[in-house]
Amino acid sequence: MPGLQRGGAAIVGAAESDIGAVAALMSPIDLMAQGIHRALEDAGLSLHDVDGLFCATTQARTSAMSLAEYLGLPDAYTDSTIVGGSSFEIHVAHAQAALAAGLCSVAVIAYGSTQRTVGRRAASAREYNPYETPFRPFLPASAYALAASRHMHEFGTTREQLAEVAVAAREWALLNPAAWEKKPLTIAEVLNARPISDPLTVRDCCLVTDGGGAIVMTTPTRARDMARPPVFVLGCGQSITHATISSMPDLTVTGAVESGAQAYAMAELKPEDIDVLALYDAFTINTILLLEDLGFCPKGEGGRFVQDGRIGPSGDLAVNTNGGGLSYCHPGMYGLFLLIEAVRQLRGECGARQVAAADTALVHGNGGVLSAQATVILGGTSAL
Amino acid sequence: MPPDTASPLATYIAHLERGELAYQFSPSADTAVFYPRVIAPKTGAADLEWRVSRGAGTVYATTVVHPQKGEPYNVALIDVDEGYRMMSRVEDISPAAVKIGMRVKFRVHPAEGDEPPYPVFTPAENA
Repeated sequence: MPGLQRGGAAIVGAAESDIGAVAALMSPIDLMAQGIHRALEDAGLSLHDVDGLFCATTQARTSAMSLAEYLGLPDAYTDSTIVGGSSFEIHVAHAQAALAAGLCSVAVIAYGSTQRTVGRRAASAREYNPYETPFRPFLPASAYALAASRHMHEFGTTREQLAEVAVAAREWALLNPAAWEKKPLTIAEVLNARPISDPLTVRDCCLVTDGGGAIVMTTPTRARDMARPPVFVLGCGQSITHATISSMPDLTVTGAVESGAQAYAMAELKPEDIDVLALYDAFTINTILLLEDLGFCPKGEGGRFVQDGRIGPSGDLAVNTNGGGLSYCHPGMYGLFLLIEAVRQLRGECGARQVAAADTALVHGNGGVLSAQATVILGGTSAL
Repeated sequence: MPPDTASPLATYIAHLERGELAYQFSPSADTAVFYPRVIAPKTGAADLEWRVSRGAGTVYATTVVHPQKGEPYNVALIDVDEGYRMMSRVEDISPAAVKIGMRVKFRVHPAEGDEPPYPVFTPAENA
């Protein structure tokens, strides 16, 4: 992203709040606070150190205000940019800018959702759109289904190839004790699952869970004195191409082309330099589109690229090692969990699912209906 | 500047009430604009003029929604011949029979109660 420096900020703490199905009457801000407490502990810091608050949730209209009150931090620098699930990748860029400008010295980025407990409709009320709502698209799924229909039409992508994405995510999830899904999944089970919006079945769609978490960011200088090895922000980029699916310029090309290009340029890296990928897999078509748009295969080849377990634990490209939004956790806005997993992979904390020699990670958030694309490239000290 | 006397949406609905599918055109940008706006995207030009579409288009993308209660139904994106895209549905055939590339023509779905009229499409013959 123009104006930001490679390695100009670092992530020094990362943690989930309770996830899955949380205790009764937990609030989204409770989960943010829980995540912040755990992430600060991870960093070896305390709440006294925090002077920057970045947050988003669909369940609080003024979430930065609510969080500042809850934490008792009236003087904190705040930013509650909300553009759907990729909000947190954008917060990373904004936090880096704030740290570089001296607006804050320790920033937390937090998320909380009780979507499973209160119901999807209550957690994320849809605005009436006079140009779409009369046709009753089942959003967001129908928007992604429309994109999948177009990808299948233009490039011959198959139902089975979409299902491969869900199966790979499940195989990774079986290696992650924190994942929601605990049973194996086959391509046939994905195809024969309850249809939602053709060509997508319920197994092509992300989970509906509760959850939250936080990451802690600080300046590169301060990062070197923390409890855990720092993870540096090497590159950032964003592109918001539309808000509604009927205004997306081309349903087979996302703004990840632009956000990825910005992030690679800032990081001085190419796709082949990336060791671990965390791609926002709200639906199976996402992973295929993002692999193409971020340069891991040519446009139109994503379906064939993911065949034969290529992005699963025994494949040659490590994608969504936590099990993803499809099988690990998806409380409505998944972007923060991508960052948490990338940090853990770069620190070598991932146990059975650890990727060998992980020096660089590409995190890609997707918000809305393929609308707000944001890329963050991370690396350990060895990647600086 | 004098205040606008009608919103973009109100003008659009007024056309539908007359059986017309309307869109906007920016002469300075030489481009169709949909959904209706007060200024043109990208250029910011305030020269948007209303035009009435011939009502012919092509299915760009399509899905069948399977509600938990009730029958499956079609949702489609239609590329209208004058150069803009809109969400709609294709009626008069089974939802799964709607295919990308199919030629379609506009008709008005009439107002019902508080809901204003909206545009739907049907398969076109020889269009």
